[in-house]
Amino acid sequence: MERENIIELKSVTKSFSDNGFVAVKDFNLEVKRGEFVTFLGPSGCGKTTTLRMIAGFEMPTSGEILLNGKPIQNLPPYERPINTVFQRYALFPHMNIFDNIAFGLRQKKTPKDEITKKVKKVLSLVDLEGFEERRVSTLSGGQQQRIAIARALVNEPEILLLDEPLGALDLKMRQEMQLELKEMHDRLGITFIYVTHDQEEALTMSDKIVVMSEGRIQQIGTPEDIYNEPKNAFVADFIGESNIFSGIMTGKKKVRFCGGEFDCVDDVPEGTHITAVVRPEDVRLTPPSEGMITGEVTSVIFKGIHYEIAVQSGKNEMEVKSIQAPKIGEKVGMSVDPDGIHIMIAEDHTNRFLVDINSDYRLEYNGKLLHASLTKLIRGGKRLDDGTIVDENGDTLDLAKTKIEASIQPQDIDMTDDAEEGLVEGNISNLIYQGDHYSYVIHTDLGQDFVVYDEDLWNMGDRVGLVMPTEKMSFALKKQGR
Amino acid sequence: MKFTRKSLCIPYALWLCLFVVAPLFVLFYYAFTDGTGAFTLSNLTGFFTDPNALGTLVYSFAIAIVTTAVCLLLAYPTAYILATGKLKERQGVILIFVMPMWINFSLRITALKELLDVIEGNLAMYPFLNAVIGMTYDFLPFMILPIYTTIMRLDPAYIEAANDLGANNRDAFFKVTLPLSMPGIMSGVSMVFLPAMTNYVVLDMLYNSTYIMGSLIGSYFSAYNWNGGSMIALILLGIICLFTLLGGSDEEETKARGGALL
Repeated sequence: MERENIIELKSVTKSFSDNGFVAVKDFNLEVKRGEFVTFLGPSGCGKTTTLRMIAGFEMPTSGEILLNGKPIQNLPPYERPINTVFQRYALFPHMNIFDNIAFGLRQKKTPKDEITKKVKKVLSLVDLEGFEERRVSTLSGGQQQRIAIARALVNEPEILLLDEPLGALDLKMRQEMQLELKEMHDRLGITFIYVTHDQEEALTMSDKIVVMSEGRIQQIGTPEDIYNEPKNAFVADFIGESNIFSGIMTGKKKVRFCGGEFDCVDDVPEGTHITAVVRPEDVRLTPPSEGMITGEVTSVIFKGIHYEIAVQSGKNEMEVKSIQAPKIGEKVGMSVDPDGIHIMIAEDHTNRFLVDINSDYRLEYNGKLLHASLTKLIRGGKRLDDGTIVDENGDTLDLAKTKIEASIQPQDIDMTDDAEEGLVEGNISNLIYQGDHYSYVIHTDLGQDFVVYDEDLWNMGDRVGLVMPTEKMSFALKKQGR
Repeated sequence: MKFTRKSLCIPYALWLCLFVVAPLFVLFYYAFTDGTGAFTLSNLTGFFTDPNALGTLVYSFAIAIVTTAVCLLLAYPTAYILATGKLKERQGVILIFVMPMWINFSLRITALKELLDVIEGNLAMYPFLNAVIGMTYDFLPFMILPIYTTIMRLDPAYIEAANDLGANNRDAFFKVTLPLSMPGIMSGVSMVFLPAMTNYVVLDMLYNSTYIMGSLIGSYFSAYNWNGGSMIALILLGIICLFTLLGGSDEEETKARGGALL
C-alpha cells in the first residue's frame, strides 16, 4: 500500500509574544497516512504546543503546516478536518452524552436520523451503548475519556489528536485504554498524533516516536530505534533506564569508561570523547576476578521478575538488572557484551561527576570540601541550627538517596605538577592536539576520567593534580534513588 | 461548658433567632390577624381585590423586568470582555465597576438626580425611565460581578473543544459560553430583580412619584395598617420564594462550578 504524507510540519517555530518564550524551535516532521505518531518528552518540552498548532489553537510564529500538501497553518480550528481529545476531556457539562457527541455533526448540518445512527455506532465503538441520555457528571473518568474519544471520532477526522488523554486515569485503566486505543487505531485507519510524557505509553502504542526536549526534536524513530539506538544522552536517559558514562575511544572498537576498558561495536576514531550508554539489563554480574570492572553492591531491590541492583565502582554507579541477587556490600565483577554498549559521540565535553555529601551536610569531593551551597539544590531546602538540611516537606535529607552531580568545562580545569594541590590527582592517559589547544584525558585514582583543555604540552603518563575552582562548577540534584 | 466547634455558631444563631426568625413570626401574626388580634384572611383577599394594589404589583414587575434586562444587556458584554479580553490592567478596570458600591448610596443617587435634572429639565416627565435608570445605576455591579466570575472560571478548553468540533466563534459563544455562564446570570438576576421590585428609597431620592411594591408597603405602615402591610410583605416573600425555587434547577450546576462570586 502506498502511504503518502498526510501532514507535514516544515521548520515550525512558536514563540509567545507576551514573554518571548520559545516553545517550539525549527520543528520538522512528516506523518504518513494512518500512522500512530507520539510526541514524547518531559513537561515544557513543546509537545503540547506543537499539537495545538496542528489543531489550530495556536498559530506558528514561522514555518508551514501542510495537510495533504496544502498549507493550513492560518486556518482556524473549525475549518480543519482534525479533531482533538483534550487532556481533561472538556466534555460540555450542560449537555447530555448524545448532544456532546452530536455537536460536531450538527455543526456540519448532518440530517437528524443520520446523527442518531452515527452516535449509536460510535458509542458501541467505545463500549458505552445506551449512554445517550446520561449527564457528563454521572460518568467515571474512564467513561468520560471514552466519550471524549467518541465525540472526536464521530466526525471521521483525517487526523485524531490526543493530548495526554490517559493522564488522569489510574494505572490499570491506563493500560487497558492503551491497548484499546491502539486497537481502535488499527481498525479505523485514522492517523493518530498522541502526546505523552510517559515513555512506556509511547513505546507500547506508537509506530513512530518524536522525542522532544526544550522545544527541539531530539530523535524521530520507531520505538525499537529510540530504545536501542538513542541518538544522544537525553534520549537515552529519558527512554528506559540507562547507565550513562562519559568516556573516550582508546583503540579500534575499544572504549574506556567507568574505570574499565570495553570492546564495542561502534567504530569511532581513537581519542574521540564519547558518551556510553549501557542498559541495566545488558550488564552481567560475574565473580570479581572475571569482570571487566569490579564494584561493591550498594542496594538490591526486588522487582518481581528481576532485581534492581546498584553497584558502586570507584566513583561511578552502575545500575544492573539481574535475576540473581547479590548481597549488599558484596564485591562483584561486571561485564558488558560489545553489542550492549551504545556509543554516542559526545556533543560536549563537560566533565560530570558525582560529589559526596558529608555528615555536616556539606559537599565534598575526594575528601575535600567544596564551597558550594547544598541548600539551594534542594527544593525548599533549609539548613537547621544543628547543620542538618530539611527539604520542603520538613524531612531531613536522606544522604544515601541524594546524589549531587557536579559539572565543569574542560577549559576551566587547570593542571598542576604539584599533584597534592589539586582537588583530585591522576595520570594523563590520552592527549590530542586540537588546533589551538591540547585535549587531555586524565585518569584519576577515583576511576573518574576528566577531560582537560590546556595550551601547554604535557607528557603521556604525567602525574598531575587537577585544580577545579568551585565557582566554575555547577551542581544539580540527580534523580532520587528508588 | 466545654468549648467545641459548634459553639462558634452560637452568636450567629442568636442573631438569626432574634432578628430573622422572630420578626418572621411577627410578620405572620400581623398578616393573618385584624386590628383586634383575631384571625382573619381579609388582608389576603383584600390585596387581591384591591385594583390599586394589583396595579402596583404589575407595575413593579414591569420596572423590575426592564431594569433586570437593561442590567443584563449592559453587564454581560462588559463581564465577557473583562473576563476574556487581554486587558493588561484587568484589576483596575474591575475596580472602576465596583467603586460606585463604595460611595455612599444617598450621595450617589443625589448626584444622579442632579445629573438627570440637567438633562431632562423636569424629572416628573419620565417617571418610568428615571426609575429604570436609577435602579440600573444602583444594581449594575451586582449583575456584572457574578457573570464576570463565572466566565472567568470557564475552562477555555470548552471553547477550544467547540471550535475543534467545527463551531466558529459565534456558534461556540451561543452553544457553549452562554449556556455555561447561566449560573452567573441567574445569580445576577436574582440580585437585581427582587430589589428592583421593592427598593423605593431609590425612587424617593430621585423625587420620583412612581409607586412600586415597596412604596405600597411603606404607605400601609405609615397609615398604621400593620396587618395589611404585613400581608403584602408576606405575598412578596412568597413570590421571591417561588422564583428561587424555579431558578433552583441550576443550583446543582452552580455548586459543581463552585458558584459565582456573589
